[in-house]
Order: sequence, then C-alpha cells, then structure tokens
Amino acid sequence: MKVRVRDLAVSYGDLDVLSGMSLDVAAGELVSIVGPSGCGKSTLFGALAGIAGEDGATVTGTVEVDGGPVRGAPFGLMPQQDLLFPWRTVLDNTTLGLEVAGTSRREARARAQALFEPFGLAGFEQARPGELSGGMRQRAALLRTVVGGREVLLLDEPFGALDALTRTAMQEWLESVRDRYGWTTLLITHDVREAAFLSDRVLVLSPRPATVRREIAVDLPRPRTRAVLTDPRLAAVEAELLDTLRA
Amino acid sequence: MSPVSTRSPVRTASAVSTRSAVSPAAPAPGRTTLLRRLAPAVLVVAALLTLWQAAVTLTGVRPQVLPSPLRVLEQGWAFRGALWDNALPTIQVTAIGFAVSLTVAWAIAIAVDFSPWLRRALTPLLVASQTLPVMAIAPLLIIWFGFGLLPKVLVIALVTFFPVAVGLIEGFAATDRSATALLRSMGASRLQQFRYVRLPGALPSFFTALRVAITYAVTGAIFAEYVGARAGLGIFMQLQKNQFRTDLVLAAVAVTAVLSIALFGLTYAVQRLVTPWYRGDHR
Repeated sequence: MKVRVRDLAVSYGDLDVLSGMSLDVAAGELVSIVGPSGCGKSTLFGALAGIAGEDGATVTGTVEVDGGPVRGAPFGLMPQQDLLFPWRTVLDNTTLGLEVAGTSRREARARAQALFEPFGLAGFEQARPGELSGGMRQRAALLRTVVGGREVLLLDEPFGALDALTRTAMQEWLESVRDRYGWTTLLITHDVREAAFLSDRVLVLSPRPATVRREIAVDLPRPRTRAVLTDPRLAAVEAELLDTLRA
Repeated sequence: MSPVSTRSPVRTASAVSTRSAVSPAAPAPGRTTLLRRLAPAVLVVAALLTLWQAAVTLTGVRPQVLPSPLRVLEQGWAFRGALWDNALPTIQVTAIGFAVSLTVAWAIAIAVDFSPWLRRALTPLLVASQTLPVMAIAPLLIIWFGFGLLPKVLVIALVTFFPVAVGLIEGFAATDRSATALLRSMGASRLQQFRYVRLPGALPSFFTALRVAITYAVTGAIFAEYVGARAGLGIFMQLQKNQFRTDLVLAAVAVTAVLSIALFGLTYAVQRLVTPWYRGDHR
C-alpha cells in the first residue's frame, strides 16, 4: 500500500473531529472522500499533511507511506481555495512550493514551465492570477501541488467553486492528466457524480467524529471519458453513494 | 430615460477606450485621465476661493481679521523667500521624523508578528502612545531636548508611528488562515511564511496606513515648531500671527497644505512601484 492510515483520531480540546479512521490508498489509485458537511474531511487532510498539530489539534494513530513511517513531506495539499497570490505571476505561483523547499528560482521555473503545456496554461506564465478564468486558476493551483513531486496528492474540493460546465470539463481533464502521470490521489468532494466518475474507490464518512462508514468500489474501465457519464454502472454507484449519505 | 442615464454609457465607453490606450509609449492619454480625475477637486477649490474672495470684497472685513485669497497669494509671493527658507527646515524635519517613525513602526510590527508575547506586551503601549496629548508632551520634549532637531523628530514619530505600526500589524495578521496552512503544508518556516505571504499581503494595508500617517507628519512638524524652533513654517506662523499678518499665516498654511498633498500623492507613486499587482484592484 502506498498510504496506510490506522486508527487516526484528531481532536481540538474536547471536540473529537476524527475518530478511529483507517484507510488505504494503493499507488496510482484515486480514492474519493465524501461525507456530510463539517464532518472533518479537511481535518483529515490537515492531519495527513502534518499541519493539524500546529493548529492546536491532538493527533493520534499511525500514518504509513510505502510501508514505513512518514519521512520528509510526501503529501501535496491543494486547498479548497486556489490561493494564488496576486503579487506573483502565474509561473511564480506554481513554483512557490519548490522555492520553499530551497530549489533555486531558475530550476523551479524550468520544472514548472514544463507542465504549463499539459495543464493548458501555456502562454500565461507571466500573467497575474486575476487574469485567469476559474478553471485555469484551479489548474494552476494543481500544477503548484504536483510540481514539487510529492508522492500523494490531497485535493480538497478542487472544483467546488466552479460552474457546472467548467467543473465537468475539469473532471475530464483531471482524469486525462491523472492517467498520464499516474498520481496517487485522495480527493475530497461534495459531488457524488464527481466521486463516481473520477474514483477507483469512494469512502463515505460518518458525521463528526468522522470515521469511514462505507467503502464503495467503482468498477469502471480507465481512462474514463464523457461516455462513462451515461453508463448505468456509474448511475448505480451514484445512487448507492446518495443512499449511504442519507442513511 | 433621463439625459444622464442615456449619456453615462457613452462616457463609460470613452473612459474605457482612453484607459486601454494608456501605455508608456503614449503619455498624452494618461495625462488626460489624470486631468479628468483632478478636475472635480480643482473646481470645488476654485469655487470655494471665489466665494471667499467675494465675501471679503462685499463685507469689507479688515485683512488683519480675514484677508482675501488674492491678498494671501500676493503677500505669499512677496514673501516667497521667507516662506521657502522656513519651509525647508520643516520638510527636513518631516522627512527625518517620518523616516524614524517608519523604521520603528516596521521593527515593532515585525517583532510583534513573530512573537505573541511581544504582541501582548506592546499593544497597550502602542495604544497609549497614541492617546498622549501631544499638546502637553511637545513643550516637555522642548524642555528636555532643547530647540534642536530631536524634539521635533520625536513629536512627528509619536504622532505617525501608531497608524503605520497598526496598519502593518493588522496587515500581517489579516493573512488568510488557509494561505498559512498551504505554506505550512509545503514545509515553510515561520520566516518563509512571512516572506512569501504575510509581508506582500500586508503591503496594501501598509500604504493605506502610510497615507494617514503622512498627513499627520507635516502637521506634527508644524506643531513641534510652533512650540519652539529657530526656523520652520510653524515658528513662521507664530511670528506672523503675533504681528497680525493673518495673510502670511494663511500663506504658510497654504504651503503646508501643498506639502501634505504632495507627500500624499507621493505615496501613490511609491505604491505603484512597490505593488504593481495591486493597481488592478485599486481602481
């Protein structure tokens, strides 16, 4: 297993946010996490990325990557907002993680630049984030997340703020690049169709304190295209997810 | 439809086309927009001055009580040498005082941003510094430090460093929590978080505070000179008032106003240089 989480519990004082959370993610797999609002999905990502403790949370349990304790920083977090900074060009926004890690600006730019074409951002390197469309901003934020070469991507509702049409286009695009680069990905979403379309497996969380209530496998061939959207098997997964969430 | 509502889309369209034509190679349209932006202020000032002039002429009030604006201008021009000689020390003391104020404000704001302990320790002092009655403190500073530069620099620093320090501290603290979380997930140290997010994010707030402070700076300098100085616009006003030269007092006031407005405008120029990315949101 690429990622193995056992009995993860996070609490803020008396407030238990996660309790006894266990999950596995295989290399190259995309696992979605759905659950009621405020159940602690983002807290799970914070705990995995190692930043929950600094917020005053108590974190217990084990997280293993490649069968051993977490070494270095294997998780790349893409937060809900794109958080592109207006004082940096699009290119320099995408290199932020590399710069923080001590990579020279020149090398960081070269590495990020190579991804602008597949991410549909070619020609916008020197633009300011404000000049980008919503979909482009999300692609730039994802580029910033993946360019550091982190082994596991944590995508927190990456398309939540987009309009329906752009969101569908972005889901198809993510499926195509994911297939090309083979990222190991955990994805938080509110959208059961998005979860069914993109995932190998979907984990449904319980209300707070959250734990994995149900795991649903999505047995559809990859790479998935728009045609999958009308596949009855996809509709069946969606229905099952909705039933579980409402139960 | 009213004539205004039919005309306004046309005006908007022309403004847009002028703006899109603005480029370093074509300064003329830029000057046009600047003129257009200044026109309302110029008109209002001209109207007020006309009203003042008319009131003085019609009532025949003595110039010792209220001189007409034309007399102020005329006498101001006649005494331009004296005004200039007194404006220079004021500008000098303002610049030095404000530089000291900025340095102290940045140092304190950064220290407070890095240390919650210092924040708790210094916040009451910062607030207290602003509640000190400068009227009472300034004469004491003269008693302690004489008629030289130091007491004036201290008065200016005292009245200006608070808005700058608070603007910076709040600007740093206004950093999005999720931006901090993102940086931390990248493994950024506290210093890196400051450099990459907190500092650039605080600059718009800093410039707003700077504009407030810089208007206090000139009046602070004048006040400090008023209390006691060998030269400067403040002491000049004091002397002219004692000789019932109301016109020259007002001429010095006008110079002060021009000085403040020039410094105020300068902050915009500096802001454009330092935070070019902010220009778009600013309009």
